[in-house]
Amino acid sequence: MNTLAVTELKLFLRERSGPAFGVGLPILLLIIFGNLPFYHEHRDDLGGRTLLDTYVPILVAFALAMLALNVLPPVLAGYREKGVLRRLRTTPAGPIRVLGAQMVITLVTAVVAVTALLLVARFAFGVALPRQFAGFLVATLLATCALTGLGLFVAAAAPGGRAANAIGAAVFYPLIFFGGLFLPIETMPPALARISHATPLGAAVTAMQDATNGHWPHWIALLTLLAWAGGAAIAAARLFRWE
Amino acid sequence: MSTVIEVEHLHKRYGKTVAVDDVSFTVGQGEIFGILGRNGAGKTTTVECLAGLRTPDGGTIRVLGRDPLRDHAEVTRRVGVQLQDGQLQDRLRVGEAMWLYASFYPDPADPAELLDRLGLTGRERTPYAKLSGGQKQRLSIALALVGRPRIAVLDELTTGLDPHARRDTWDLIEAVRAGGVTIVLVTHFMPEAERLCDRIALIDDGRVVHTGTPAELLARAGESTLEDAYVTLTRRTA
Repeated sequence: MNTLAVTELKLFLRERSGPAFGVGLPILLLIIFGNLPFYHEHRDDLGGRTLLDTYVPILVAFALAMLALNVLPPVLAGYREKGVLRRLRTTPAGPIRVLGAQMVITLVTAVVAVTALLLVARFAFGVALPRQFAGFLVATLLATCALTGLGLFVAAAAPGGRAANAIGAAVFYPLIFFGGLFLPIETMPPALARISHATPLGAAVTAMQDATNGHWPHWIALLTLLAWAGGAAIAAARLFRWE
Repeated sequence: MSTVIEVEHLHKRYGKTVAVDDVSFTVGQGEIFGILGRNGAGKTTTVECLAGLRTPDGGTIRVLGRDPLRDHAEVTRRVGVQLQDGQLQDRLRVGEAMWLYASFYPDPADPAELLDRLGLTGRERTPYAKLSGGQKQRLSIALALVGRPRIAVLDELTTGLDPHARRDTWDLIEAVRAGGVTIVLVTHFMPEAERLCDRIALIDDGRVVHTGTPAELLARAGESTLEDAYVTLTRRTA
């Protein structure tokens, strides 16, 4: 068993903010929305779907963004600030394994969050599972890559844990706005919707909505996610310092 | 006595600031070798280059016959390092830290025994953030030794320790050396250097001004205490 990964997982659970914000908060929002009758009305502006149907993919994207932008960057930037990464450079393990362990933890928590959201939505509130399931998985995976890439970029750019918290939040809120958390993309004015489609969360939600409705996600949305993932990863790799 | 560390004409600068100008010394197997000097003299940069944390701008370094940068994996397996400002994760417990670092090495020491020798028994479940300064320092020393290193590089070994803990740590260092481990000690605490070091390199302004036994250092400076000798030899001729 990899002691480093297990130790990092223990710290992640002990810290509590990761599970609370990455899994608990999206589920809580789903439960609140699911209990409002207004969210169960079929609406013409949403193509006959209910607001709750529309919100499930939005909450999935919200959970991914929360983990990648608000949970991951402060941990990594904090480790660098404290000299944890520097200390590991003097051991045979090296700091790259901490980075790897954190990525795995983010990914596993994302899987838990997405699975929980889909199951609670399905069995507590009768929201159908994504009809094009493979397409939904591809969209979710690309969204995770794009957002984690942005999270790594924030961790690379921030001098310390507190700064990473602030920068992560400053990126997070505009992104969830464009992802439609406050106003679903379908109901946005056309100009705003166009901007939204170019953002990672807007593209993610669009691709997930396509898959939820039974279509393969539009290739432009997938390509947008791929571009964000690649661009952010390159920028993060160039900027990242161990100390 | 075989040589385990060879530093020849080490040069390192950060931008325009020269941190280490020209440093050379050798350390023999089983020695306790002191690196002394004022703050900013280049001591820490020198040991960071030894540990493979920094790329020298000039000169060569051989640790156990290997290049700390090119043979990083090999060198890190055999060299334990205690850094001056290395912290651990706040919620990481003492016992977890020991087992974690033990897992990095092929043939680690017994973490429980090491904690006992450093007076940390009973603290296994204490999170790092809740330790006192002295306890953090002792844990940091334990982590540097947990891999059964052939060389231990200890930067500011007893900073933050009370006199009792300091003496216990000195005893520990002597016991570790008795087990055949070579020790490189960075300090500006003279009684420590006097008590522990077989030989000392005095670094000033990025250069070695003297290498020798503490007695040789006294003779050269014409002083009776190491502290006076240190001050005399590193006095600025301004």
